[in-house]
Amino acid sequence: MKEIILTPKELPDVGLIAETITPDLFAGKSIGKIASLLIFAGNQRKKLGDFFEVAGKSADDASDTRIVIKGDITKVKMVGKGTKAGEIVIEGSAGMYVGEEMRGGKITVLGNVDSFAGQTMRGGELVIKGNAGDYLGAAYRGDWRGMRGGVILVEGNAGAETGLFMVGGKIKIKGNCGTFAGVHMKKGLIIIEGQTPERAGAEMTGGSIVVMGDTDILPTFAPVNEEKNPEIDGEKLKGTFQTYSGDHAERGAKGMLYKFV
Amino acid sequence: MASLIIKNGTVYDPANNVNGEKMDIYIKDGKIVEKAARGAKKIDCNGKIIMPGGVEIHSHIAGGKVNSGRLLRPEDHKKLVMPKTKLTRSGSGFSTPSTFMTGYLYSKLGYTTAMTPAMPPLMARHTHEELNDIPMLDKGSYPLTDGNWFIMRYLKDGDIEKAAAYAAWLLRSTKGFALKITNPGGTEAWGWGKNCKSLDDPVPYFDITPREIIKGLAEVNEMLGLPHSIHLHANNLGRLGNYETTIDTIKVPSGTKNKDRQTLHLTHVQFHSYGGDSWKNFESEAETVAKAVNKTDNAIIDTGNVTLDNTTTMTADGPMEYYLQSLTHFKWMNRDVELETAPGITPFIYSPKMSTAAIQWAIGLELGLLIKDPWKVLMTTDHPNGGPFTRYPRIISWLMSRPARDEMLEKVNAAAGKRSSLASIDREYDFNDIATVTRAGQARSLGLSETKGHLGIGAHGDVAVYDIDPDNMDPSKDFKGIEKAFSAAAYTIKGGEVLVRDGEIVKVTYGNTYWTNPHVDKSLEKEVLSDIEYNFKRYYSVNLANYPVQDKYVKNPIELKIDAQKVGA
Repeated sequence: MKEIILTPKELPDVGLIAETITPDLFAGKSIGKIASLLIFAGNQRKKLGDFFEVAGKSADDASDTRIVIKGDITKVKMVGKGTKAGEIVIEGSAGMYVGEEMRGGKITVLGNVDSFAGQTMRGGELVIKGNAGDYLGAAYRGDWRGMRGGVILVEGNAGAETGLFMVGGKIKIKGNCGTFAGVHMKKGLIIIEGQTPERAGAEMTGGSIVVMGDTDILPTFAPVNEEKNPEIDGEKLKGTFQTYSGDHAERGAKGMLYKFV
Repeated sequence: MASLIIKNGTVYDPANNVNGEKMDIYIKDGKIVEKAARGAKKIDCNGKIIMPGGVEIHSHIAGGKVNSGRLLRPEDHKKLVMPKTKLTRSGSGFSTPSTFMTGYLYSKLGYTTAMTPAMPPLMARHTHEELNDIPMLDKGSYPLTDGNWFIMRYLKDGDIEKAAAYAAWLLRSTKGFALKITNPGGTEAWGWGKNCKSLDDPVPYFDITPREIIKGLAEVNEMLGLPHSIHLHANNLGRLGNYETTIDTIKVPSGTKNKDRQTLHLTHVQFHSYGGDSWKNFESEAETVAKAVNKTDNAIIDTGNVTLDNTTTMTADGPMEYYLQSLTHFKWMNRDVELETAPGITPFIYSPKMSTAAIQWAIGLELGLLIKDPWKVLMTTDHPNGGPFTRYPRIISWLMSRPARDEMLEKVNAAAGKRSSLASIDREYDFNDIATVTRAGQARSLGLSETKGHLGIGAHGDVAVYDIDPDNMDPSKDFKGIEKAFSAAAYTIKGGEVLVRDGEIVKVTYGNTYWTNPHVDKSLEKEVLSDIEYNFKRYYSVNLANYPVQDKYVKNPIELKIDAQKVGA
C-alpha cells in the first residue's frame, strides 16, 4: 500500500470543504496534481496545496492508496466523502461530515469527530477512536433514508440522534450515547455499550438497538421476553437481555430493543 | 439594443410554415426584422438548427407552494448545486431549484418564456417576488379560481357577468395572466374533508358542480376576451379509471368558441389518462384520451410527462396530495388558503422498476405520439410533478426516436410494454414537430403568438440555436446526441441579446412579467366591488386594501389591456 501524507499548514478560521480528500481521487495522480485539487474555503475556490503539505506517493489503484493526515483538522469538512476504496487515517480530530456517503474502504480518526460523521453511509468502515458528535450515521437533513450499510465504530461517546433514519449497516459505540439513538430507524443495528439517557428507538419501525448501560425505555415499547446470549445480524452478544418491541407509536412497528439485565 | 444577423442556420419555424430551410434571421431593437441592420453582429450557424425561443406553458417555478417545496426537501437541494460565478448567482435544487438557478437552467435549454400555473391569489405578492428573482425569462402566472367563494356563488346564482367582473378584478389585483382551475370544486370540498369525484359531484354548502364551474369559467374567459383560454387541471388527478372524467371534461366547454385558439387548455393529461380499478391492473387509457382530443376542435392538452426521477409533487389539489402520501407515507404538507384554494406537496420517487411509474412514463409519450396534430399536444412535465424541466431534452429524444423508446422499454418495468400501446407506436417526431410542441403551440395556446413562438417579422428576437446538423444526423439513431444538443443550447438569444453560448451563460437579463387587465363596464365593476368589500370584512383575514399587488411589486411588467366594456353594459 502506498501512502500520501497531508500535513495541515495554518488553516483559516472559515471552514474548508474538502470532499476531494479521498483515495479515489488521489489514486494515479502525481503530488502536484493532488495539491491542485479543488477545496472550497467559504465560497472561495482554493487548492488543496494551499492548506496542506502533500508528500508521498499514490498508487494507481484507490484500494492501494492510504491517505494519512498529520494533525487536527477540526474545521475541515467532508473528508473522505463518497470513498469507494482505500484508506484514510486522520491522526488528530476531524470536522463535520467525515466519511459522508462512504461506500467502501476504511477511515480511521484517532481523535474526535464533529457531527454528521458517516452520514448516509452505504459501505466500508469508519473507526473513531475518540468521541463522535451528533447525527452519527444519520440521514441528510430532510431525507428519510439514512445509513444503508457499512460499519461505524466509536470508541468514545456519541451525541444525539445517532443513526437517524437508519436503513442498514451497524453502529457500535463503546461509550455513552446521547438521546434519540436510532430515531426513525427502519433496519440495521446500533449497539451502545455505555448508557443512553432516554428515547432510544423513538418512532423506529424496524432494526435493533442494544443498550448495555442504563436507559429509560419509552412507554410505547412493549416487553417481549428475556434472551440469553442473543445473536443479532451476526453479532454475538454475551449476557441476558430484556427485549422490547416497538415503537408502537408507529403502525406495524417491528423494531427491537435489547436492554442488558 | 443589439442588432444581430443569424446566418446559415437551418430554421424550423412551424408558425410560419418554415420547415428546415436554410435562411438568415435579422434582429434589430429586440425584434425580428426583414433586413439586416447596419453594423449588426453576425453569428454563423452553419450546421446548426434554429428554432424560436422556447415557451413554457405550465411549470411550477414560483410561488408559495414552490417555496414550501424547497423548504420541505433539503435533501433535494443536495443533489444539484451551482456555485456562483462572476456572472451568475449560486443556487441549488434538482426538482425545486432556487429562483435564480431556475432562470439559468431554462435559458441553457433555449427557453425564453415560462409561465407558472398555480398562484393562490392570496399568495400573489410572494409569487411576484419570486418571479422578479427569476432571470433570463419572460414570465407570467395564473391565479387559481377553482375553489373561490365569489366565483362559486356568482356561477351558482347564474350571475355570469358578475363572475366575469370579479375575475377581471382578480386578474388585476394579482397581476395574473390567465385563469387557472385546479380540481374544480374539489379543493373547497377538501375543506369539508371531501372531494369532487365526478363532474356532477356537488361542492358541500355551495351546491355547485365541477361541470358548472368549468363551463361558467370558460364562458367568463371568452366574455373577457383573455389571451389564454381557461387552464384546467381536471378532477380526479392520479386516480384509477380517471380517463372517463377526462373525456367528459373535454366536452364541457364545447359551447364556447374562439377563432384564434382553443377554449380549453387541459393540463398534464398524463395524470388523467389512467385505467383499471386497482394498482394491480392499472393501465394506460392514453389511446382513448388521444382519440377524444383528436376529435375535438376546441380543446388542447399538455402532456405532463413522467421522467422517472425522484421529484417533488406540488399542486393546488390538496386532496390529491393527501391521497398520494397515503400511498407512499412520505412527508407531506397541506394548506388551506382561505376562500380560495387548498394546495399540497409531497415528494415522489418514480422508480423505473415500479410498474405504475413505468406505465406513467409510457402514457406521457403515448399522448404525444397518438395525438395527430402536434399543435394540440404540448410538451411539459408539469415541472416538478412528473419530473424537473431539465429533463426536456430526454423527452425530446424519446419523442424523436423509436430506438430510444425501445431501449427504455427494456430497462423499465415490463408493465410499460404490456399495459400501454407505446411498444407498438412507430411515429417519430421531426424537428418541426418538436418546435411546435415546445414553442409555437405553447405560444398560440397562450394567445401570445403575435410576438412569441415564431421567427416572422415583428416577433420578439427570441431565438434558440442547437448544435445539430440536420443533414448529417439521424435523430432516430443518434438519440443520445439529440439529448446532448438540446441540453445545452449553442445560443440562446433573447430580445436580440446573446444570453447563452455553447451551454454557458454569457449575459444575465431580467425579462418581463405579463399580466392581463380586462376592463368591464364601470357600474358592474362598482357593484361587484361593494360585494367584495362586504365579503372581505366578513370572511378574509386580510384587509381589502392590503390584498391587491401594487404596481411596484412587478419588475418589468407588460400590461395587456383588454377592453371588455360590453360585459355588464
